[in-house]
Amino acid sequence: MTLKQISSSLFAGLILFASASIPASTASAAGAGKETACTPKTLPTIPEQKWSFQGIFGHYDHDSALRGFEVYRGVCASCHSLNLFAFRNLSALGATEDEIKGVAQEYEVPAPPNDEGEVVLRRALPSDHFPKPFPNVKAAAAANGGAIPPDLSLIVKARPDFEAHIPKILGGYMDAPAGCEVGEGRYYNAYYPGYQISMAPPLSPDAVTYNDGTAATVEQMTTDINNFLAFVAEPKLEERKQTGFKVIIFLVILTILLYLAKREVWRKVH
Amino acid sequence: MSSPEFSNPIVRWIEYRLPVFSMLNHELHEYPTPRNLNYMWNFGSLAGFCLVIMIVSGIVLSMNYTAHVDYAFASVERIMRDVDFGWLIRYIHMNGASFFFIVVYIHIFRGLYYGSYKAPRELLWILGVVILLLMMATAFMGYVLPWGQMSFWGATVITNLFSAIPLIGENIVTWLWGGFTVDNPTLNRFFSLHFLLPFVIAGVVILHIAALHQHGSNNPLGIDIKNKGDTIPFHPYYTVKDMFGLGVFLTIFMAVVSFAPNYMGHPDNYVEANPLVTPAHIVPEWYFLPFYAILRAVPDKLGGVIAMFAAIAVLFVLPWLDRSPIRSAKFRPVYFVLFWVLLADCILLGFCGAMPAEGIWVVLSRLGTVYYFAHFIILLPLLGLYERPIDLPLSISKPSPSGTSA
Repeated sequence: MTLKQISSSLFAGLILFASASIPASTASAAGAGKETACTPKTLPTIPEQKWSFQGIFGHYDHDSALRGFEVYRGVCASCHSLNLFAFRNLSALGATEDEIKGVAQEYEVPAPPNDEGEVVLRRALPSDHFPKPFPNVKAAAAANGGAIPPDLSLIVKARPDFEAHIPKILGGYMDAPAGCEVGEGRYYNAYYPGYQISMAPPLSPDAVTYNDGTAATVEQMTTDINNFLAFVAEPKLEERKQTGFKVIIFLVILTILLYLAKREVWRKVH
Repeated sequence: MSSPEFSNPIVRWIEYRLPVFSMLNHELHEYPTPRNLNYMWNFGSLAGFCLVIMIVSGIVLSMNYTAHVDYAFASVERIMRDVDFGWLIRYIHMNGASFFFIVVYIHIFRGLYYGSYKAPRELLWILGVVILLLMMATAFMGYVLPWGQMSFWGATVITNLFSAIPLIGENIVTWLWGGFTVDNPTLNRFFSLHFLLPFVIAGVVILHIAALHQHGSNNPLGIDIKNKGDTIPFHPYYTVKDMFGLGVFLTIFMAVVSFAPNYMGHPDNYVEANPLVTPAHIVPEWYFLPFYAILRAVPDKLGGVIAMFAAIAVLFVLPWLDRSPIRSAKFRPVYFVLFWVLLADCILLGFCGAMPAEGIWVVLSRLGTVYYFAHFIILLPLLGLYERPIDLPLSISKPSPSGTSA
């Protein structure tokens, strides 16, 4: 086993691995399409943010994510569902059982049919999922000029720009460039594919009131909702990274021991 | 290969009626293996280990998965959120598919480099290509199961390829779908077949190993075993070496599972399947990209489908296309170059498959496709006639032709 052999085998492996990584980055760039009158001349600057959940030791900013939940239910929830989120999930962000019960009680969900066969509403429990704003897709489209507000449960994982997506969309509203015809009930957004979005700029200062006294600026709310929705998209991220770290330490030690065992066994052959 | 004496009376009782212990001893312990195998030979056992990872994690996933268009997406997310360690099992299975292909592709290119497909190992090689085909079918159907946008549209595009077959094409597609579009019957049968095929793979793997053990491993010098000094027993030498390789593999694998589990996935597959909305780009998983590029390189639909399948079919006849009696590329100066060009060509095709089929990428796809087939059909047969190999060593234990140390 020469160094050349090791390096060439590593090289082959890396190339195969690298070819895997290309599509994700290139596919999104290719979608931008041709230059039109609506192509933004200058893009609104979105401050480069370091999110606490990035990196090997990543974890969620619990306080910010809990504030983000207030933004979600105060602003987003009037149009966007969050089907995969149950009230009990807030416990992973440090909310107490009583707090979760209290929040859930503010909502009503359909109970199972009673003895008369009628479906009545009951107060939500921590185990219930967050109620949907519209009973079905048709109702959602009818209430939003034909546009269907996407469910936000996985939005952070379901867009090519991942955790940068929401800050970009929320910060991408601007006046349309001269000559760009913006459709009825649509808004110019420099970061939205096609540049015309059916969602009115959702955030305005003090759109929600934070319990912890944090000033509800648009930037603050953007950060908070992004932290919250990142958590909803990948609620087991903290567990995954912490477990993974221990697993890797174990495997590295095991692999070193196996290497030493291999060397010992092969001493007679070499 | 004398039968060993077992001291344990229970072992002896069983051995007398079912010689499983002597078989294990023969195939995994004393099994004579070339002493000069390098780390490229680790990938066979690694591939076997990947299959086990996939079957075990897949069976656990299937206990919590619902194969129905209305529930499949939500059931996968339930696994990710509410099933104990479901996120771990699911990410292991999802990334396991990619790592299985990484390992198998390295294994295949190792076979190409060292001429492991040549006599007397032609059937061993062919069984390997059968495994690759089965893996591709399994991976394709497995990717449909989470019922995301890429699942649905990938299934639509790939199954539609069969409509290119003259006369019966449309009927075949309807038959594959179980209806007139990719829908619940399609999902159900894909789930069923995705569960079945890994066990078929396991069966072919047993045949693959049986064929391997008939003549033993090829080796980096590509020469036959001449005497006892050329070999060492499989255990402990290669068991411990394989274990070390497994340790390295698991470390990399678990690092990706733990810290970048969606790196090789596509974000669109976290959007539930919607037959009314087509994604901007329908891209298959990375391990299909070179074949996807070949498919799109041919301007005609039927031609593209034929070219794509021919890209694999040509591997079946490779042992008869490569006429050179020399196995290892080490002693074939021209083939050595062609091997690396072929690898680069496959990587180029991978890039082409990821790009939209327009502009320069179409040209590159076509050049890459033509070269791919030219390598196997034109260059290799010619090489067998005209290449002048370097002198082979006398034996594995005497590596240089003159008999002195290398």
